[in-house]
Amino acid sequence: MSPSCKIPFDSWPFALSGRVYGALLNQRSAFQSMAGQFEKAPYNAPPRAPVLFVKPRNTLAADGDAVEVPAGEAELEVAACLGIVIGRTACRISEAGALDHVAGFLLVNDVSVPHPNYYRPSVRFKARDGFCPLGPRVTPRESAGDPDALIIRTFIDGALVQTASSADLVRSVSRLLADVTDFMTLAPGDVLAAGAAAPAPRARAGQTVTLESPALGSLTNRIVAGAG
Amino acid sequence: MRARVAYAGAIHEARPTPGADGAADRVRLADGRVLAEEDVVWLPPFEAGTVLALGLNYADHAKELAFNSQEEPLVFLKGPGTLIGHRGVTRRPAEVKFMHYECELAVIIGRPAKRVARGQAMRHVAGYCIANDYAIRDYLENWYRPNLRVKNRDGATALGPWFVDAAEIEDPSSLNLRTFVNGRQTQSGNTRDLIFDIPHLIEYLSSFMTLGPGDVILTGTPEGVHNVVPGDEVVCEIDGLGRLKNTIAADAAFGR
Repeated sequence: MSPSCKIPFDSWPFALSGRVYGALLNQRSAFQSMAGQFEKAPYNAPPRAPVLFVKPRNTLAADGDAVEVPAGEAELEVAACLGIVIGRTACRISEAGALDHVAGFLLVNDVSVPHPNYYRPSVRFKARDGFCPLGPRVTPRESAGDPDALIIRTFIDGALVQTASSADLVRSVSRLLADVTDFMTLAPGDVLAAGAAAPAPRARAGQTVTLESPALGSLTNRIVAGAG
Repeated sequence: MRARVAYAGAIHEARPTPGADGAADRVRLADGRVLAEEDVVWLPPFEAGTVLALGLNYADHAKELAFNSQEEPLVFLKGPGTLIGHRGVTRRPAEVKFMHYECELAVIIGRPAKRVARGQAMRHVAGYCIANDYAIRDYLENWYRPNLRVKNRDGATALGPWFVDAAEIEDPSSLNLRTFVNGRQTQSGNTRDLIFDIPHLIEYLSSFMTLGPGDVILTGTPEGVHNVVPGDEVVCEIDGLGRLKNTIAADAAFGR
C-alpha cells in the first residue's frame, strides 16, 4: 500500500487482506457501451468469463487521501464500484450459497488514467500509487440491505454526476462470486469490486470526488496534480 | 539459498545439503534435521507481495506467438492464490486443449523502489527464484489480456525451490533457462535475450508504482512452450537457482 495509506486493515468485522480485484463491463451501461465493438477487432467476440483486473497493494488509499494525476494527463476516470468483502474462503462456491461467504461491503473507487481500449491496456493505467481509494469502512452484510439493490452516487465538487445500482449488474454479486471462484479462490478480507457504470466520470486536479451510498457511507478523495 | 518448507507440524527454513552421492537431494532444517526433499512440503520460498508478470519478453517467444515489437513492457498482475511451491501439483481442466508451462526468472524486490533509475535498480533486488507460470490458452479472451482465467488460476504459478540471495548470482543477465517434460528438454533460453532487462523493468514499474519488499517480477519466458497433460512431470531449471518440479493433475485429483 502507498506510504500515506491509512486504511484500517484491522477494522471490524473483518480485517482486509489488501488484495483487491475488480470486474469490468459488469454494469449493463458499461456492457452496452462496448456492445457495438464485441465482434470487431481486436476483440472479435464478446467476453465470456468476467473481465477482471487486479489493484495491487500500492494502489490502496483511504477516505481523505489525495489521488495524483500523473504529469501529462489532463484528468482521471473515477469508477464507483460496490466492493464485496470476503468473509469466508470462497472457492468454487455456488450462486445460491455465495452470500454466505461475504463479510460485508464497502465503496471502491477504481481510478484509471483514461485509456481507449480493453484489449491489452498497460498496467500503468490502473496500478499507480493511490489509485484505489476504498472505504470508509466495511459495512456488515446483515446491515447493508439487499446486495442487489445498493445505490452508489458519484459527486464531483458536490455535483451529482452518476447514480448506479447493483440492481443493474450483468452478473449479480452472487453470480460474479460463483464465476470468479470457479478458477481463483478468494480469501477472507479480499475485495472484489463488482463493476462500474458507463460512462465513467472524469475529474481534474483540484476537484473533489465523493462516492456516497445510503447503506455504505461516503468516500471522499481530492484529485491533485502529481509530480510525474 | 534457502527454502520454506512444512514438516512435522511447522514451517521451517531449509537449506540444501548434498546427499552421499553429492546430489543436492536433501535439505537441512534450521534445527539441524536432515530430510529427503520428498519428505517435506515445499512452499513458495518467500512471502509474496504484488506479483507482476511479463508477457512476451523474449524476442523468440514473441515471434513464436506472432507478436510485433513493443513500446513498453507487457505487464500483468496476479494474486496470491495462484502461487505454489516446488513439487506442487497443478490442475489441467478436462475440457482444455492447450495448457503450457513457462519457465521464468523471478526477481524479488528487497527495498522499496519508487522512481528508481536503471543504474540504481539492482540495489533494490533481494534475490531470485525460478517461476513456472502456467497458461491455459483455451481461456484466452481479448478483454484485458491476458485475462485472469488464463493466468491467475489457483495453483498455476509455481515458485522455488529456493530463494537465492542476489549476491549469490554474479550475472542475472546471463542465465540459462531449461524446461524438461518427463525428462525430455522442451525449452531453452538465456536471460541475455530479455527484451526488457531487469534494470529496465524496475525503472519502468517504479516510475508509476511503488514496489515493496516481497514484490516479485516474473520476467517472461523464451520460446518452446508445449502442451502438458495430466501425469506430466515438468521441471524448470535456471543456472544457479536449482530445479523447480511440478506435476500436472486431472480434475479428479481436485474433486471435480
